[in-house]
Amino acid sequence: MSEMKKIKNLKEFSTSADRFEGANLLCPGCAHSIIVREVLNATNDDLVLAASTGCLEVCTAVYPYTSWDASWIHIGFENSSTAVAGAEAMYKALKIKGRLKQPDRNPKFVAFGGDGASYDIGFQWISGCMERNHDMMYIVLDNEVYANTGGQRSSSTPIGSSATTTPSGSVSYGETKNKKDMMSIMAAHNIPYAAQVAPNKWKDMVKKIQKGFATEGAVFINAVSPCTTEWKFDPKDTMHLTDLATDSLVFPLYEVIDGHELNITYRPKEKDIVPVEEYLAAQGRFKHLFKDQYKYLIKEWQERVDANWVYLNRREEARV
Amino acid sequence: MANTGWDEFEIGAMLRTFEGEISDIATTLQEDRKYTQNSSFSASVADWRIEKPVFNKDYCIDCQFCWIYCPDISIISRDKKMIGIDMDHCKGCGICVEVCPTNPKSLLMFPEVADEEREIENWPAKEKKEK
Ligand SMILES: Cc1ncc(C[n+]2csc(CCOP(=O)(O)OP(=O)(O)O)c2C)c(N)n1
Ligand code: SF4
Ligand code: SF4
Ligand code: SF4
Ligand SMILES: [Mg+2]
Repeated sequence: MSEMKKIKNLKEFSTSADRFEGANLLCPGCAHSIIVREVLNATNDDLVLAASTGCLEVCTAVYPYTSWDASWIHIGFENSSTAVAGAEAMYKALKIKGRLKQPDRNPKFVAFGGDGASYDIGFQWISGCMERNHDMMYIVLDNEVYANTGGQRSSSTPIGSSATTTPSGSVSYGETKNKKDMMSIMAAHNIPYAAQVAPNKWKDMVKKIQKGFATEGAVFINAVSPCTTEWKFDPKDTMHLTDLATDSLVFPLYEVIDGHELNITYRPKEKDIVPVEEYLAAQGRFKHLFKDQYKYLIKEWQERVDANWVYLNRREEARV
Repeated sequence: MANTGWDEFEIGAMLRTFEGEISDIATTLQEDRKYTQNSSFSASVADWRIEKPVFNKDYCIDCQFCWIYCPDISIISRDKKMIGIDMDHCKGCGICVEVCPTNPKSLLMFPEVADEEREIENWPAKEKKEK
């Protein structure tokens, strides 16, 4: 294994030479690229990357431009996972046969996909990659909606969110289905490492990404990615929204090792926990929930988040 | 670069981001890289901006919050110091201003047409914390 990049603090991290470039076409304030930067800067090793169709792919590969300074495969909506798995399998085969030109380079294999690409369309492909335990990392940029095609709901869209295919109005509060618990599903493949991350907690994120890179076998990462366009907030507030997401425990940060050992990695102090209502109020997609008719849903939201937090804590305690 | 229609380029075509042989890009800073015209680094999104961030180094404590949270690789930090903004790639989102912890802030948004030197001269004073 190659040496892990040393990142003790933010000053040290800021000496990184980015391998992701500007003048891509992501919206101003888009969290996708903040996440991508934190991931790529976590290592100095060579990278073999792919992205499923979605905002990240479309906006960083507008022919004749590319925003990637690493091997990057332009592929379909559903199969960034298998593209990277294929590259990884080929690499392994060439290594065994002694045919690698630079056998000491130790590249890392990473696929990115949106929640639409991951929770829905590419679901079985990812499942296959995890089950075969490829030595790769799959990262979901979870903005809870099909952002690139205009905000259709996905199975990651949470209850009460107004999406273009589940619009709110006088007879509907928007999405009626619970968000799919992708972390549990992926951990159930008994992969060596799965983790939920958020770009505001960069240290937690870098630690988990480095742990993932050091892991032999399949790694699944779910990254919360606030979308200024579809969540409807001002672009300057992306990090504020991410803070609300982690500090309200709507997006708890934790990891699952070998499919069962769960560790909570960020535990806000009791007094710093933000009411879910504040998280919802900061986003246009939940605006209608504050009408008398739908207010009961805010209470239900809080109860769901509380129950999930209790569940994660009990899982952590039980060590099973 | 000349535009190429979707039906004109080869399947399996490859874009090269750098001229010649490259190794260890991860430890080569942007100013030392030989980008080709295919890298979006060679392009600009400066005309997206309505407002621009202005940097006043007098108050900066080099915490690097702006560096880590800028989505567009537009905060230039070298040797652990924030030294300026890449105005070709900044989209004017304002995140850097929001996350800057100093008082007064070391980064503020101004209309794109504003005169930078004058804004720095008239920089707001330290804000008193309400009790
Ligand atoms: C097989 C296929 N179906 C549909 C599309 C159209 N399409 C392109 S991007 C996209 C939405 C992507 O949503 P998501 O994966 O959540 O990524 P986001 O844009 O939100 O980051 C869709 C439906 C496609 N490119 N390929
Ligand atoms: S629509 Fe959302 S995810 Fe897509 S580029 Fe804009 S902010 Fe990013
Ligand atoms: S305004 Fe946005 S794009 Fe420009 S430097 Fe600040 S954070 Fe980066
Ligand atoms: S966030 Fe503010 S204080 Fe920190 S490095 Fe940037 S400009 Fe300087
Ligand atoms: Mg999405």
